[in-house]
Amino acid sequence: MAKSIQVIDDVTIRFAGDSGDGMQLTGSQFTDTVAAMGNDLSTLPDFPAEIRAPAGSLAGVSGFQLHFSSSDIQTPGDAPDVLVAMNPAALKVNLKDLRPGATIIVNTGAFDTKNLRLANYNTNPLEDNSLSNYNVIQLDLSKLTLTTLEDLPLSIKEKEKCKNFFALGLLYWMYNRPLDLTMKWLETKFAKKPDIMEANKRVLQAGYNYGDTTEIFTTRFDVKPAQLPKGTYRNVSGNEAIALGFVSASLKSGLNLFLGSYPITPASEILQELSKYKNYGVITFQAEDEIAGIASAIGASFAGNLAITTTSGPGLSLKLEAMGLAVMTELPLVVVDVQRGGPSTGLPTKTEQADLLQAMFGRHGEAPVVILAAQSPADCFYCAYEASKIALEHMVPVVLLSDGYLAFGSEPLNIPKFDELKEINVKFETNPEGFYPYKRDENFVRPWAIPGTPGLEHRIGGLEKKDVYGNISYEPDNHEIMVHNRLNKVLKVADFIPEVEVDGEAEGELVVVTWGSTFGAVKEAIRNVRENGKKVSHVHLRYLNPFPKNFGNVISKFKNILVPELNLGQLSLLMRNQFNCDVIQFNKVKGQPFKVAEIENKINEVLGGTNGK
Amino acid sequence: MANNIDNVVTQVKYTAKDFASDVDVKWCPGCGDYSILAQAQRSSPEFGELKENIVWVSGIGCSSRFPYYMNTYGFHTIHGRAAAIATGVKLANPKLQVWVATGDGDMLSIGGNHFIHACRKNVNLKIVLFNNKIYGLTKGQYSPTSEKGKVTKSSPYGTVDWPFNPIKIAAGAGATFVARTMDRDPKHLQEMLTRASKHTGLAFIEVLQNCVIFNDGAFSHLTEKDTRPENVIYLEHGKPMIFGANKDKGIMLDGLNPVIININDGVHSINDVWVHDENDTNPTREFILSRFTEVEGLPTPVGVFRKFNKPTYDGDYHHQIEDVIAKKGKGTYEKLMFNANTWEVK
Repeated sequence: MAKSIQVIDDVTIRFAGDSGDGMQLTGSQFTDTVAAMGNDLSTLPDFPAEIRAPAGSLAGVSGFQLHFSSSDIQTPGDAPDVLVAMNPAALKVNLKDLRPGATIIVNTGAFDTKNLRLANYNTNPLEDNSLSNYNVIQLDLSKLTLTTLEDLPLSIKEKEKCKNFFALGLLYWMYNRPLDLTMKWLETKFAKKPDIMEANKRVLQAGYNYGDTTEIFTTRFDVKPAQLPKGTYRNVSGNEAIALGFVSASLKSGLNLFLGSYPITPASEILQELSKYKNYGVITFQAEDEIAGIASAIGASFAGNLAITTTSGPGLSLKLEAMGLAVMTELPLVVVDVQRGGPSTGLPTKTEQADLLQAMFGRHGEAPVVILAAQSPADCFYCAYEASKIALEHMVPVVLLSDGYLAFGSEPLNIPKFDELKEINVKFETNPEGFYPYKRDENFVRPWAIPGTPGLEHRIGGLEKKDVYGNISYEPDNHEIMVHNRLNKVLKVADFIPEVEVDGEAEGELVVVTWGSTFGAVKEAIRNVRENGKKVSHVHLRYLNPFPKNFGNVISKFKNILVPELNLGQLSLLMRNQFNCDVIQFNKVKGQPFKVAEIENKINEVLGGTNGK
Repeated sequence: MANNIDNVVTQVKYTAKDFASDVDVKWCPGCGDYSILAQAQRSSPEFGELKENIVWVSGIGCSSRFPYYMNTYGFHTIHGRAAAIATGVKLANPKLQVWVATGDGDMLSIGGNHFIHACRKNVNLKIVLFNNKIYGLTKGQYSPTSEKGKVTKSSPYGTVDWPFNPIKIAAGAGATFVARTMDRDPKHLQEMLTRASKHTGLAFIEVLQNCVIFNDGAFSHLTEKDTRPENVIYLEHGKPMIFGANKDKGIMLDGLNPVIININDGVHSINDVWVHDENDTNPTREFILSRFTEVEGLPTPVGVFRKFNKPTYDGDYHHQIEDVIAKKGKGTYEKLMFNANTWEVK
């Protein structure tokens, strides 16, 4: 039977099942294939903090959402068009997020009495008409998989484990995607387990064929390649991109990269990723604790490496004292904070933007640092690179804020050529003539004289230093001079960073100011409200300390300033303080990113029925 | 870069003066730290290292002012973290000879975690612990090495906690060179520092150091001429463990129990005395020795308890880097960025 192919602009698919059902793998395979077809895409996994909560339970549901499109997109999508639910719990947890009329593919094999009870269903939702607003496709994935593998010498359990690939094959058919990338991946992955490889390949193909031959499906969909800027692309998650950015900065600066770190969700992948790059001379020191992570990095910085430490909120709290030492000794250091829901252990696998003030003010004494925040998974690459450049060129600690949403989300990175990356100018002091450890240049930057350099033996430390000379000094006037020197050095960075750009009119009724990962949802929301004739401008901050030089002036041209944040108003506080401006806060602290629709509604509310002139 | 740092055989002949910085030393008059500083400056020319390749790292406390007074590279850091910072220095540049100056509070209390992990990893660091059994810089509270019952400013009725035994911790955590010496025995102190400098791996030296203000005389029974012979036993490799003013007392091992014998009593002889083997492959005797200070009546051992070689953390780390480079080739930007699943947009 001939099936029609309908071309659509974009689609959002969510795979959901038990933590052990392989949903992250299924999602990332679909992502790689979609990326290779030239679609723009954005992904977001959503998984519980428990590694394997009891099978079938609501707590154990793991999800992976993929939004792909034939145009430029910024978010993983508000409401999925398709849900693959491997069991009743996955259906229950995810149903509320779907758009009306969405397609639900359910594995009926898992809808038994026990699983229904575990998901707190009193009646079977597949039979009680509660899903009548959706297009429900019922398949017994477990049985179909077992039948496909009947003649293979594997245990029932091993065979059943392949069922996620049946779903994947079916979706490849539905969205007109080829199987070859996943086939190739299976061949490499299971090269040493030919039976498992064969089983998964067969099930993947069977899923595809099932769509093709059964009469359940009448229509397939196609999403044409996006018109992206030309170049070579790869799909990156935020954490992966941060790792790549640092290695690139190491290659560009000619300095070895040193990471001192202690595993913590959601930052551990940066440590794991960097530990692979030994042949780039990268040293990853998995320390005994968070403090040793930053302490070792400070030691490595003293010795002349590009030194970084990576963590999340609780770890940043532990590192603050040592950050003060880096401020005092004026050593280059990048501290990456992949923010998660807090305080305390909080929501380890969920996202939040509530560490901005900790990064800004967390230390005792006047201890300013430079702060950057990444806006998207791909931007994590540039931010890590930029943070390294600033730290090295200004002899200053830099905090790079990412978050759980960026860390695990992914999107295509248009890979820059090596010579397109900005130069990183590092100069080790070697000349003993007129050398003083705290003698500054016009940018307030002190020399970096590393151990091993003859004639420059000197001592640094956490005690206040005599201006220029660097000996211990308790003189009142000197302390004041040094406090200002350290501040001025950070403020001077504003001369070296780009000014903010306004997306939209340079003045008007409303500007939305964002920082970090809220960029994507706001960008899409503004695009949508503009399509309805509204005038809204958008300013995004990648640099939070110091602010870009024109920032205050830019926002002063607008009647209303709306600041959406995944916290209770931290950027708002900084803006009010520095610019004495009125700010309309829009805050959300649910451990989830903003939905595009939430931002649209807020913009419409602020505009109060006008079009923003 | 290898396990054994390429010890530059230097033509430069240093004297103690070359290692004295121009900073005024500001410890209390009579402090044991002065002697430790002087012996470090005197023995540094024997370390076989160029001055610019020596780094002293410290934490916080009286002892931790030490780097300011040495004319080498120095880093006075924050409380407890010296071992972790020194690990970073050493790992970043294994050619450097990295020393840690620290105290009983700095290294055994707030820095305990970093200390045991540096020992465990056998990082090629030389840790010199100034043990005065008191908090000096904060003016006289008890420390984790203060003896039980000690009356201090923060324990007016005496402490109720048991003290740490630094030698036992270092040995137990995996230090590959463990020694004890005293501020008041300059020659011995110099010898221990020089020997530590030649060791490849984590070298730990406990220096019994007098705090003249808050714990004066804590070690006088060990350091004073008239009482020293009866209370201190000098560990010398291959030699029987003899002590006493008349050199007539010896340590005999009765099973695993050390007992004091008189070698001239007609019953025992020099042949019964335990012969110290600092290269013992079995740590059992090292632990027996470390416990001497916990047993009433036994003399306090000074000298090298035990030393042995095993691969260092920094050595193995850089070997691994070399191995991976040999296998995969030196990383390039092209390989880094374009090796994954890429696609072209034209």
